[in-house]
Amino acid sequence: MTTRRLFRFLDSRTGGAGAIGKALRYVFPDHWTFLFGEIAMYSFLILVATGTYLALFFEPSTAHVIYHGTYAPLHGQEMTRAYASAVNLSFDVQAGLLIRQVHHWAADVFLAAITIHLMRIFFTGAFRKPRDINYYVGLTMLVLAVLEGYAGYSLLDDLLSGMGLAIGNGVALSIPVIGGQLGTLIWGGRFPGTQDFFSRLFFVHVFLFPVLIGTLMAVHLALVARPHHTQFRGRRRREGNVVGTPLWPAYALRSLGLFFATAAVLFLLGGLVQINPIWQWGPYEPYLGTNGAQPDWYLGWLIGALRLMPHFDVVIGNYTLIPNPFWGGVLFPGAVFGFLYLWPWIERRFTGDRAVHNLLDRPRDNPTRTAIGSAVFTLVAAVFFSGSADRAFVQFGVPYEDQLWGYRALVILLPIAVFFLTRRFCIRLRDRGAHPARESGARLVERPRFKGRSRGTDPA
Amino acid sequence: MKTIWRYLVAGVLLRFSKKRTVHRERELPASTRAETWTAILLFAAALAGLAFVAIYAFADANTQLLGLSIAVSLALIAAALILAASQVVPQENLEEPRPSFAQPNHDADGPKNHDIRGFSAHQQGEEAALVVREGADGVTRRRLLGAAGAAAGVGLGAAALVPLASLGPAVGDRYAESPWKDGVRLVEENGMAVKVDDLEVGSFLTAFAEGADKEGLASSLAVVRVRTEELELPEDRADWAPEGILAFSKICTHAQCAISLFRYPLFSERSPGPALVCPCHYSTFNVLDGGQRIFGPAVRPLPQLPLRIENGTLVAAGPLSGEVGASWGRVREEG
Repeated sequence: MTTRRLFRFLDSRTGGAGAIGKALRYVFPDHWTFLFGEIAMYSFLILVATGTYLALFFEPSTAHVIYHGTYAPLHGQEMTRAYASAVNLSFDVQAGLLIRQVHHWAADVFLAAITIHLMRIFFTGAFRKPRDINYYVGLTMLVLAVLEGYAGYSLLDDLLSGMGLAIGNGVALSIPVIGGQLGTLIWGGRFPGTQDFFSRLFFVHVFLFPVLIGTLMAVHLALVARPHHTQFRGRRRREGNVVGTPLWPAYALRSLGLFFATAAVLFLLGGLVQINPIWQWGPYEPYLGTNGAQPDWYLGWLIGALRLMPHFDVVIGNYTLIPNPFWGGVLFPGAVFGFLYLWPWIERRFTGDRAVHNLLDRPRDNPTRTAIGSAVFTLVAAVFFSGSADRAFVQFGVPYEDQLWGYRALVILLPIAVFFLTRRFCIRLRDRGAHPARESGARLVERPRFKGRSRGTDPA
Repeated sequence: MKTIWRYLVAGVLLRFSKKRTVHRERELPASTRAETWTAILLFAAALAGLAFVAIYAFADANTQLLGLSIAVSLALIAAALILAASQVVPQENLEEPRPSFAQPNHDADGPKNHDIRGFSAHQQGEEAALVVREGADGVTRRRLLGAAGAAAGVGLGAAALVPLASLGPAVGDRYAESPWKDGVRLVEENGMAVKVDDLEVGSFLTAFAEGADKEGLASSLAVVRVRTEELELPEDRADWAPEGILAFSKICTHAQCAISLFRYPLFSERSPGPALVCPCHYSTFNVLDGGQRIFGPAVRPLPQLPLRIENGTLVAAGPLSGEVGASWGRVREEG
């Protein structure tokens, strides 16, 4: 009764009850792979919440102080207020370290969830019309999320973040023609730059990119809901319908459960598994470096690319048109994202398929797409692993030089092999004649739609 | 022909899709003078925008002139739009039924979508396009207005983008700046002069230019000592390494990480020779031949500093042999 009154109250003022009523019956098709997008979204919420807490204590300043805090090994060291405040919030702010580590873990999980979500979208053809625009929105969020993560761990001004910024500056300088000027614009001068740069980095990390990502996320959800979810083939599932669990009550609870589960895992990680112990790295100075420096995982493919690239610049006369970091730092990620952005168009172009698709492909249903996608992701993965060759050298003693030559061969040969193997594997699976509808494990429990819900039959 | 056909289809759809009669008054613009004036205002706005750019670049960025020029540009665009709204585009008076929330069982979608529901995306697209196109009915000088609008956009856009140049200084020679010249003393991190006797063969030390900012990219050096008979320096650098002491920029020429690893093998017959290694991407530089790259993605050799010994301490005997830091367009030009 109260519920009815509440809705009547709302409806007479906003006219929104109809929309809410519809939203409550919005149908989510059941498939476990659909959860990665939600995990990404919930990680983002955790990131915003923990980031807000951190921003209350972090001081984005390059002014120098002498450290006299709790952590004895750093006593008497000169450092920036940024680094000092990050160390302080790890040691002296109650729960500060927990929140900082949750924030860091959440960023890693956020990127991981987006990446798996992207692969799901790619391999099931969910990017096809009418969802191609939303696919671009999602890709753009991924690009922003990578930059956002980089900006975040660069803010702390510990040794690793400084080394990362040095490389970032080197990559910026390597952009043909405009690189030199671009570098002084962003950094306010020559590396390591001015206080201006630090203020910019902070603003970008805590405001500009989060707002952009949040806005795109809203657009992303709206564009998901508008044509409704995709679904795999199955009993009663057609292009023109959606079969699954309605939002209210089961899916809402389930999804809320997923939120709390995500949060639980993140807080478990943040509480129990140390990440980025900045007090161990020490403060950054341009003349300091450490061996075994590794970025967060989502930048591993870029450090791999920078290390793998053979040493050559493009030089005309004495003008350096393309310095080396461009290949691994700009061209390679540009090509990978370029491929991802262009793929819907490429597929339309070569298959001539311009139809609306609400039913998903299983990866085997489209062997060529699956093979090309596998090859590209294999390439990225191989480059990613090449970035860990120095660690493999320390752990297993395989000479670094040999590993590098092995990886150079691997990044060319492995994707080709994966392409042909995947293609054959897909075709074999598909041609075994297993009918998608019959093989699908979907079980549906039919239920009269309004049983026990219409007015007057309320048992109470 | 195709356009006419589209108009026809859309017109027919509109005609028969309206279930309610809607009051609509429509008057097409009569004067081409208003169009001309709109175009003039827009072109003037473009000029004012470019004036902003010119003032930003040349007139010492005078605040009053900057504000004036951009305000004039914006005001002219405002005037053009208001004039166009009242004199150029069709003047319409349309009645739209209001969605009523108060009545129970109202249509959830509101009446707005009523007349287009049931049509395909194609037909709805036709209709929306028709509404847009109808907005220009009776406008005669469309090319002129389009050009004027584009010009105003370019002018205002330039004015909006140019202040980005305030972000940082022009490149100039700042990447070639270096505190090193003949006579500059090498000091350790604590400011004490680097003593030759403290450096054993195979040792590695970070040094700085005396009096220079240690964070300056070109200030820091990697100082190493090898046996003099190992040296393979080119002839013009024969006297750069007194007593086997070599100094190189500590900043890698690949992506400007600090070179913090020095490899000095004890059994040179079996191992590769002494080299400086960058821990970021493992660019490796041979110290014996003056910093040539022997492995990794770096392309340019590590800049070397000629040294001499004064009273048992190290002093620069000249500038660095090349530009410090990552490569960019003019990195190879002689400074």
